[in-house]
Amino acid sequence: MELLMSIVVGILFTAATYLMLSRSLLRIIIGTGLLSHGAHLLILTMGGLKQGASPLLGEEASLYVDPLPQALILTAIVISFGVTSFFLVLAYRSYQELGTDDMDQLRGHDQNE
Amino acid sequence: MTLLHIAIISPFLMAFLVPFFYKYIRNIHTGWFVLILPVFLFIYLTQFIEMTMNGDTVISVARWIPSLGIDFTAYIDGLGLLFALLITGIGALVVLYSIYYLSKDKEQLNTFYVYLLMFMGAMLGVVLSDNMIVLYTFWEFTSLSSFLLIGYWYNREKSRYGAQKSMLITVFGGLAMLGGFVLLYLMTGTFSIRETIEHVPFIIESSLFIPALLLILLGAFTKSAQFPFYIWLPDAMEAPTPVSAYLHSATMVKAGIYLVARFSPVFAITAEWFWIVSLFGIFTLFWGSFNAVKQTDLKAILAFSTVSQLGMIMAMLGVGAAALHFEDYEYYTVATAAAIFHLINHATFKGSLFMVAGIVDHETGTRDIRKLGGLMSFMPITFSIAIIGTFAMAGLPPFNGFLSKEMFFSAMIRVTEMDLFNTDTWGMLLPVLAWVGSIFTFIYSMVLVFKTFTGKYKPEKLEKKPHEAPIGMLISPIILASLAVVIFFFPNIIAQSLIEPAMASILPSLLSEGEHFHAHISYWHGWNLELFMTIGVIVLGTLGYFTLTKWSGIYELQPKKLTLNRVYDCSLIGLDRGSYQLTRFYMTGYIRDYLIYIFAFLIAIVGTTMAINNAFVFNTDHLAQIGIYEVIIALVMVIATVTTLLSKSRLTAIIALGTVGYSLSLFFVLFRAPDLALTQLVIETISVALFLLCFYHLPELKNKEKKLRFRLANLIISLGVGTIVTLIAISANSQRVSDTIASFFIENTYKLGGGKNMVNVILVDFRGFDTMFEITVLGIAALGIYGMIKLQTAKEEKN
Repeated sequence: MELLMSIVVGILFTAATYLMLSRSLLRIIIGTGLLSHGAHLLILTMGGLKQGASPLLGEEASLYVDPLPQALILTAIVISFGVTSFFLVLAYRSYQELGTDDMDQLRGHDQNE
Repeated sequence: MTLLHIAIISPFLMAFLVPFFYKYIRNIHTGWFVLILPVFLFIYLTQFIEMTMNGDTVISVARWIPSLGIDFTAYIDGLGLLFALLITGIGALVVLYSIYYLSKDKEQLNTFYVYLLMFMGAMLGVVLSDNMIVLYTFWEFTSLSSFLLIGYWYNREKSRYGAQKSMLITVFGGLAMLGGFVLLYLMTGTFSIRETIEHVPFIIESSLFIPALLLILLGAFTKSAQFPFYIWLPDAMEAPTPVSAYLHSATMVKAGIYLVARFSPVFAITAEWFWIVSLFGIFTLFWGSFNAVKQTDLKAILAFSTVSQLGMIMAMLGVGAAALHFEDYEYYTVATAAAIFHLINHATFKGSLFMVAGIVDHETGTRDIRKLGGLMSFMPITFSIAIIGTFAMAGLPPFNGFLSKEMFFSAMIRVTEMDLFNTDTWGMLLPVLAWVGSIFTFIYSMVLVFKTFTGKYKPEKLEKKPHEAPIGMLISPIILASLAVVIFFFPNIIAQSLIEPAMASILPSLLSEGEHFHAHISYWHGWNLELFMTIGVIVLGTLGYFTLTKWSGIYELQPKKLTLNRVYDCSLIGLDRGSYQLTRFYMTGYIRDYLIYIFAFLIAIVGTTMAINNAFVFNTDHLAQIGIYEVIIALVMVIATVTTLLSKSRLTAIIALGTVGYSLSLFFVLFRAPDLALTQLVIETISVALFLLCFYHLPELKNKEKKLRFRLANLIISLGVGTIVTLIAISANSQRVSDTIASFFIENTYKLGGGKNMVNVILVDFRGFDTMFEITVLGIAALGIYGMIKLQTAKEEKN
């Protein structure tokens, strides 16, 4: 199982990297979204998969899954959401002000350095 | 802190007072106040002469940074005292000369004397310090004050160029020297030069010995304008003439000579020292005198002449080191004696010649020998001084240069008699180059005096009507010129008082307790080879002077593009341009390029580290079972991911991203993470909405649905990143170092936290701080978004 998940994570990272290297700002943000999905899945995978019940004491199982990675992922999801939404509004504002989302045009000129 | 320390730093203290004298006492030339100090210092230092003649020394320690072994140790021995006397003595004469040379009303005298005093103090510190770090500190102070003095007329382009050039070259050498000192410290554990000398038998075995030797020599050669570092000295002639006379003939350029002499007891026993110092010195002698002949500016001739004479002294110091290998050392120490003797002689006649050049410049308005001529009848006293100076420089009797030149020839001839370091093959080079160099020395000396003072008087080319200089300006050169004569007739006075103690400092290991050197200088050796060499110099030199126009064509042989100055200029421009090009090359301004660098480095560094450490491990022991649901969701996720990549429209890409997020929350369900699944569902929904908002607000103009352009490089890098991540994940999962701490949470969630949902108890109880700051992050993001939308100052300003 972990093997399969590692490969899925690898595919997510590949796609994320490829999108981040593109010219369109929106695609870059899509790339960061994929990257955070990949990272979250990676944390969960590294914590070990499926061997035990949900981390709820009411289950009264003999074996639970590791609760710590889940807490970490929860924090990470919220933070990446905050950053992504900020980033998206930034992109929206730059469309408004600059009239482009092409990264090759969003580039300083030699004159105003 | 003793009187000696105060004496060393007194010029610095005086420098603080100079601006006050300049500002509040305007009708007296500031130089008069400054003059008192070097005179007092000179008198103070002369009282040590008797002590050093008895072979005694003075050591006085002032604590500076004891924990690092750095103390301001003032140390007076024969060598240091000789230099200190030169610095203060010539310093006094130069100050006196500058009082008449620099106008009280036109020049910024306060800055001039502050810099000059700073230099004097720094120079005293260099020659009277026993601690290498203190020596280095003062050494850089001399570079700095020399820089300031060369650029004294800072509104002239050439002054700034010369100042920058000398700064770059001497500071380069100074830093190398510091490196040498640090290497010596690593070998011995002390910064004291005296203690280093005691460690010599041990450090000579060390592998750091030769690097230390080379670095320290680099410092000495750059400061003393040896080949190929001499190029800064001719450009330093843009300084006011008193500065050229003081710094660039008598004192600062001899700091390198001092360094070589001071470190001779440490390094001189090796063949490397002997050959490097001698060969560079002798070649500098030849090259400097050869190039001096073609100069047309009085100060340029003197600059190349200084280069040449410094090379001569350097060569003699190198040859003198050979005495350490012989039983009958007295026969070979003549080189060392001659080096010190010529050092003194050079200071006297070169100082006076610079002053003469300054007088000619001051009284006629030019220093170009093509415009000068026939000044003898206008300036008889200046002419007499010039005759004495140039004849001493050329090595003619009855002036002091004759004696030291004879001794120089003796020393060089004796090299060929040695049976040491293969002198039988290359040793012949020394006397031959010395002799040829001396012929050129004779020629430029004659050019200097006769082209200026004899021949046709050309009033139409001169800016002023020439007349004799004021007596005040003549005092200093007269004193120096008389010394040149006095030393010829009574050389043994300084031989016993100054030369012998200085030799004892340079070659201490040759003397046993209570012994001292016998540097007997005689002006008649009989009809020996040296005398015939001198006669040859005079005959060939005279011939060369009169046929100068016939053979001066050889100077055109050196291609203009191969001069050292051009190499220096081009390398400066090249460095500038090269770094600009390099920065332009990789700082493209495209964020994609920078991301490529980052990802490429990630792949390269992580990949190589894993490869080197054989970190890739594959172990299937504790893997979970693969279920059919997971495979299906994984497939959905992969298909959605590929869709984001390949989709032609952005809308498809956004929806595919949403699909990935929802499949992730399904994974969370399958992997027993209910809280994560909930959060992921909600957040993915909001995110997709936000993406759609962005998508909707795209400007009309750009609303062309563009396909993602395919780039092979991007694909390779992306595949690399993905592969590396997968490899790390598999390896990390295959080799667990320790058990998890999950059992603690499972046991204590209810006991300590009072809750049954472990994830929530961790978030708000065990690790509540994380949550607090995560809330802060959300708050900042919200405020930031609000600010971005509401605060649109740029737009308002436009309206």
